[in-house]
Order: sequence, then structure tokens, then C-alpha cells
Amino acid sequence: MFRRTAIAVLTAVAAFSLAGCGNDSPAASSSGSSTTNLSGTINVFAAASLTGSFTQLGKDFEKAHPGVKVTFNFAGSSALAQQINQGAPADVFASASPKNMDQVTDKNSPTTFVKNTLEIAVPVGNQGKITGLKDFADKNKKIALCAAQVPCGAAAEKVFKAAGITPQPDSLEQDVKAALTKVSLGEVDAALVYKTDVLSAKDKVEGIEFPEADKAINEYPIATLTKAQNPEGAKAFVAYVLSDQGKAVLTAAGFDAP
Amino acid sequence: MSRRGRSTTGRLPVVLLLPALLGLAFLLVPLIGLLAKAPWSTLPSRLFSADVWQALRLSLLCASLATVVCLLLGIPLAWVLARASIPGRGLIRALVTVPLVLPPVVGGVALLLVLGRRGLIGERLDLWFGFSLPFTTAGVVVAEAFVAMPFLVISVEGALRAADPRYEEAAATLGASRWLTFRRVTLPSIAPGVVAGAVLCWARALGEFGATITFAGNLPGRTTTMPLAVYLALETDPDVAVVLSLVLLLVSVVVLASLRERWISGLR
Amino acid sequence: MTLYADVRVRRGAFDLSLDLTVEPGEVVALLGPNGAGKTTALRAIAGLLPLGAGRVALGNEVWDEPPRVFRTADRRPIGVVFQDYLLFDHLSALENVAFGLRARGVDKHAARAEALRWLDAVGLASYARSRPRALSGGQAQRVALVRALATSPGVLLLDEPLAALDASTTLHVRAELGQHLSRYEGRTLLVTHDPLDAMVLADRLVIVENGRVVQEGRPTDIARRPRTEYVAQLVGLNLYRGTASGTTVQLADGGSITLAEPASGPVHVAFPPTAISLYVEPLSGSPRNTWPAVVTGIEQHAHTVRVRLDATPTGPSTLLADITPAAVADLHLSPGQRLHATLKATEIHTYPS
Repeated sequence: MFRRTAIAVLTAVAAFSLAGCGNDSPAASSSGSSTTNLSGTINVFAAASLTGSFTQLGKDFEKAHPGVKVTFNFAGSSALAQQINQGAPADVFASASPKNMDQVTDKNSPTTFVKNTLEIAVPVGNQGKITGLKDFADKNKKIALCAAQVPCGAAAEKVFKAAGITPQPDSLEQDVKAALTKVSLGEVDAALVYKTDVLSAKDKVEGIEFPEADKAINEYPIATLTKAQNPEGAKAFVAYVLSDQGKAVLTAAGFDAP
Repeated sequence: MSRRGRSTTGRLPVVLLLPALLGLAFLLVPLIGLLAKAPWSTLPSRLFSADVWQALRLSLLCASLATVVCLLLGIPLAWVLARASIPGRGLIRALVTVPLVLPPVVGGVALLLVLGRRGLIGERLDLWFGFSLPFTTAGVVVAEAFVAMPFLVISVEGALRAADPRYEEAAATLGASRWLTFRRVTLPSIAPGVVAGAVLCWARALGEFGATITFAGNLPGRTTTMPLAVYLALETDPDVAVVLSLVLLLVSVVVLASLRERWISGLR
Repeated sequence: MTLYADVRVRRGAFDLSLDLTVEPGEVVALLGPNGAGKTTALRAIAGLLPLGAGRVALGNEVWDEPPRVFRTADRRPIGVVFQDYLLFDHLSALENVAFGLRARGVDKHAARAEALRWLDAVGLASYARSRPRALSGGQAQRVALVRALATSPGVLLLDEPLAALDASTTLHVRAELGQHLSRYEGRTLLVTHDPLDAMVLADRLVIVENGRVVQEGRPTDIARRPRTEYVAQLVGLNLYRGTASGTTVQLADGGSITLAEPASGPVHVAFPPTAISLYVEPLSGSPRNTWPAVVTGIEQHAHTVRVRLDATPTGPSTLLADITPAAVADLHLSPGQRLHATLKATEIHTYPS
């Protein structure tokens, strides 16, 4: 009797996965039909801002494909691009900006899978009394921005230029998570981070939207790598990200549809 | 009349020579790699950008100030560990090595939790004096001193233990108070250990990255030290990163090489 | 003002209890075998070691009186010359000598001038700038001495001041030290295991064995009437305890000695090593004290040879005899050899215990 139940469950899971794969975009449909042949490990290099959502996607993917393990390397997109170029064993690369994706040489054509908008993050209680972007020009407030060399910093620069504001930062952080940490610890009055970051730390920070944010929306491309050690797995994972289930998780995290 | 030839002292047994060479090679490999990858053609133009010298000056200044802080606080601490017979000395010594074990970024977060704007002590500092350490050059000094202090304490404690306490007795019989004895007899006798510790301390402070960027942040001219500049340069232009690293290495090697000669040999 | 020291210290199994006084201008030598407690007593008086019980005071100034009073070494008007001199390596000879003065608040120039005067007094003015490691043993000893004297201390403490010197240097350094000590007006306590130091330098001896004083007095008095074997050997005498009845003394450790004059009761019997003659064959004639003995040791001293013998069971178990090198050759003297030792009764001193 136990065996019958187990078979029933497995069949249901397989059917569910197959059904899910059926809605894939053309580029990934070929891998959708061979989900039951997947094995091994899939190494995914993803931008730091994708930490929460991709970890969840990884778990879901592993549940859908037992026997497959998804491992992640979350870091700044630029560092990841360099690692890949130096030969790091990545199967999939999800970058926070097209610029870093362009840096990677051995890849299949990328697809934009989400967009991220900037948002102002303030500590819980908003002691700095931040109301909008113009507060970033106030010397008396403690401000953290991403360094211009990282995607979120580049986006911030565009936004400030469009708004005609010269920011007075106290620190230029090396990645967006570091900026967020400073906000959640109350060390700064405000930082410019992604909407997704504000959501991921919703009990430690408060978010303030601002109109000029749509002047610099970050597009996130994802691609499989030509030197991947697990090309089948890579394709399957990318397909999953682009699927409805994937989209649901990403939207819940605060990303905008591409 | 030795069968082994003219020089019988200081000859290294072959058994030690090979591992020694391997060790040296291991340490030199990154330096060789940097030298090989350096953009020699465009080096001059990159070298003379204002940012480089600003970061270098700040690095040297903060490392030196951090070393001074370590000396002022670390020597008395080393004295307590070596000489005072208080209970829990073993525990204190273990705690002194905490910054060595903690990942520097974690150290930086810990410093924020205490000295940050909402930190245990930092909150009061901010409230009473309007003064806050994060995002200031002073904050860089604090972060660097935090990670570098164990080197100094351990080195000086070792020297104090090895020092002969009878000379301090002699000084006492000549009428010297404990402070005078410490200043004029003990300290000079442990000077090589202090110098060695200070040198290690300075080098560690100079290369510190994680605690600095986490606690003091990163802003050119105020808190951007060379290691931070190198890390951020890596994001966009690895060649610049290599150049900056070489500059930092060259300066440190020159300072360290010149220091050790004069101080260590002068005292023998 | 007398230095008064009633020193009682316990360290593990070792128990020291002695008291002594030193008058101004006096040199008292604390003499005893290694481990007797002499250095411990000196350290206690210097303040480097607290007393377990007792009192150290200079006149009315109490330096140490447990449990309430304890003055650390830096607050006592003392000067100490240590066995290894302990000159500060990183300072010149001049700075070493000036150290005590500067520690007591004298300004740099005045201290250095005074230090130079002291160095000159011991003939080392030209070595003022030398570091201690450039000095010979004798020179270092002199610097250590003037370093202690420069502050004109009330009490001068010397811990085996000549022990670190080689034999040839010791002779004239001892003589010089004697001159300095006689000029010094304070109280001097000298710790030594070398009897010659004590005899030459001290006005008074205090002999310590196993943490207790066994004899004190002037050197000549002690030499004439030693009270323990250690002291006797120190001053080069044969000394025994026994019970006399008439002209025979039964020695406490076995054997007997015939006296020239009768005595009775417990007595000390002493005679110099020169009173013993050694023969291959037993003598007949006037000497009554003739014992068969075995040679247990031979030591060369200046112009004589000191032979150690065991004359049990008829005579003493330890017997010292001084004979000429020629006699050593004649007898073909060697350890383990069996001889006959003869003692003239007229050379024996007897005194009641």
C-alpha cells in the first residue's frame, strides 16, 4: 500500500513539472521535456540582489527534480563576471546589469528575466525624517550609496542626474547588501537600494518610493554558459526561472516583469 | 682546523633549506603574478591620478595612527598578561586573539553594534557629543587598530616573559618607582619585541579591508584606503587594481625593510 | 642608628630565622654554606622579599613589620651589589652609576657629574661611556659598587660580590673593596660563602647554617674557637665534639683522642691540620694519638697539600692533614692508600661545649 502511494505521489510531481515546463518560452522548451533525465549539480552565479528569490527558486527546482542539487554563488555582478572569465565553474549567470553580462565572453544569448527599480531605504522609524530624493543632498544626513562601479551605484547616478540632485554620501558601499546592512543597523539615515532589497529586509527597514526611480530601471539578464559542466541542468534551471512559477517567486520578491 | 671547511657557524642543514625555499616561493607567487600582469605600458598615466595618492596617503596615515593606538593600549595589556597575577588571565589572553579569528567583516559589524550610531556606546557618544565614529577617518583608525592589536600584544607579552625580572629588582633597590623602572629598564630591554610587534601591527593595519569598509564605510579622501580602492577598481578596471596593489606593496616593502635593519641591529 | 633585622621567612620546607644588627661604619659578613639562607636574609632586608614574621628597621624607621608595615625596596635608603652585578645593558657605565641619583630626583647634569666623580674614585673615569658588556669582570664589579654607593645609602648590601670573578682578579679586587668599605660610613652587610672574603673584609661574622645562626663574633675569635664543623673547616681546623674523662676524650662520632691536659664533661676538641703527621709504618715514641687511616681526598693549597683521611674506628672519621709536596711524593700519596696518622697532644685545644 505504501508503494502505491509513493508511485502516485511521484507521478503527480512528474505531471506537475511537465505541465509547468509546457509553458516555457521557446528557447527552453527542448529541455522541458527531459526534466526526468536531470542529475548532478547546477552551479548558478547570481547577483547579490537575487539572493532571497533565487535561493527559493533553487529549493523549488530541487523539489521538482530530485537528485539534482543547485548551488549558488551570490556576489556583486562584476566580481562574478570576472570569476567566470577566469574559469570559475559556473553553469548559469544571472547579472544585475547588462554591462556585466557583456563582460562574460563564453555565454549563450542572454534573456532579460526581471527588472529592478531603485527605492529609498530608511531605518525603522525613519529618525532621519527622509521624505524623498532631495534629502540625499542634505549634508547633515548620513547617506549610503552603492559605489558607482557597481550596478546599483550606476543606476543611482543616472537617477540623480535625471533629478538634478547632487548627493552628499557618507559612504560608497561595494555592494547593495552592504548598503542595506548599514540602513538596518541604523548607521545611516537613508540609502538608495533596490525595491527587492527593501522587501527582503522588511522588518528592519522601511521603503520610500520616489517618482524619479523609473529613470533608471535595471534590467537583469540571465544566460547559460558555453563552458558549463552541466548544460542540461543549466538550460532547465533558466527555463524554470522564466516559467510562471519562477516569475511568481520573483514578483513576490519585488522584481518587476521584464 | 675543521673538516667541514672554514665557516662552521650559520650553515643551514639541507633538510631545512628546501622547505624554506618552498615557503618563500609560496609567499612570493602573488607578487610575481601582479608584476607579470601589470599594465606596464599604461602604468605612468594610471599612477599619477589624484585618487591613487589620496588613498595611499590616507592608508599610511591611518595605519600609523592605528599602530600608535595599539602601542598605547597594547603594551599595558601585554604587561598585565605577562606580569600581573590576576585570576582569569588565560581567558583574557584568549579574548585578545579574538580579532585574529573573526572574519574582518564580522569584526566590522561587531564594531558597529558597539560604536555605531545606535551602538551600545556609540549611541551615547552621538547623544552627548554629537560625535560618531562610522564614516570618519577616526573610524578607519579604530577598525584597523581592532584587527591589528593582537599582533602587538602577543609580541610584547612574549618579550616581557623572556625579560629578566632581576634587573627590575636592581632598579627598585636604586630607588626607582615601578613606573620609572618600567620606562627606563623594562621597556628598553623589550624594545626589539615591541618593534617587531609594531611592525606586524602596522602591516596588518595597512592591508585591512573588511572591518574598515564595514565600520568606516568608503568615501574618497575620508575613508577610502588603498585596499578599498583596489577592491572597487576590480569592479570596473582590473588593471588599475593591479597598479594600486603594486604601489601598496612597494611602499610597504620599502618601509618594512628599512625599519627592521636599523632598529633590530642597533640594539644588539 | 642601628640596622636591626629580625628575619623570619618560610619558603616551602625551608625555614629561616635569624636576627642581627649592624652599626654605622660596621661591616658584618653573613657567612654560610650554599642554601643556608644568607641570600634570602639579604633580600628580605633589601625589601625584595617580605618577612613572614619579625622586623627590619633602621633606627626608628620600620621597613618591614608584618602584618601592617612593608616598605618596598625603592623606598628604603639602601644600595645593593648583586652577584651578577645586573648593570643595565642599554645604559653606559656613567648612566648606570647616575641611575640611582636620577631616580631620586637629581637632575641629569648634577647626577652625571656626581657619577663621574665616583667612577674616577675607582679609576674608571675613562670607561664612563662604555657599555657594561665592554667591561671586564673586575671593572663591572667596581661599577656595580659605585652605582650602589652613589646615592649615599644608609645601608649597603653585598650579595657574593666577588663570586663572579676569576681567582687572579679576586685577590686585588677584594683588597680594593676592603678599602672602599672602610671609607664608607654607612652600615654594610656582606653575604658570602668564601671565608677569605669574610675574614678580610668583615668586622664581625654571623655564621648561618640551615636557616639558623650558629656562631657570631669577630673573625679572629671565631677562628680560634669554631663551634661547628662547617666553621672549623671554613677556618681550616679539625673540630670534634666528645665527652672527656681525664685525658681521654670519647668522640661523639666514634674513636678517641688523648689530651695533654685532663678535662671532663662534654667538650670541643680542635687542632690545626698542621698538627697531623703521616707515616707508612706506625711510629713508636711519644705521640699517643696514632691511628690507622685511609686517604679519602687530596687538595693542593698554595704551598701545602691538604689531605683528607678517615681514621675510623680508632680515630675521627674526618681528619685534615697539611703536608709538604715533597712528603706527598715520598709517600706516593694517593686516594685509598692506607697510612698511619699521628697527632701531638700538645697541639690540641680543648674547650667546653
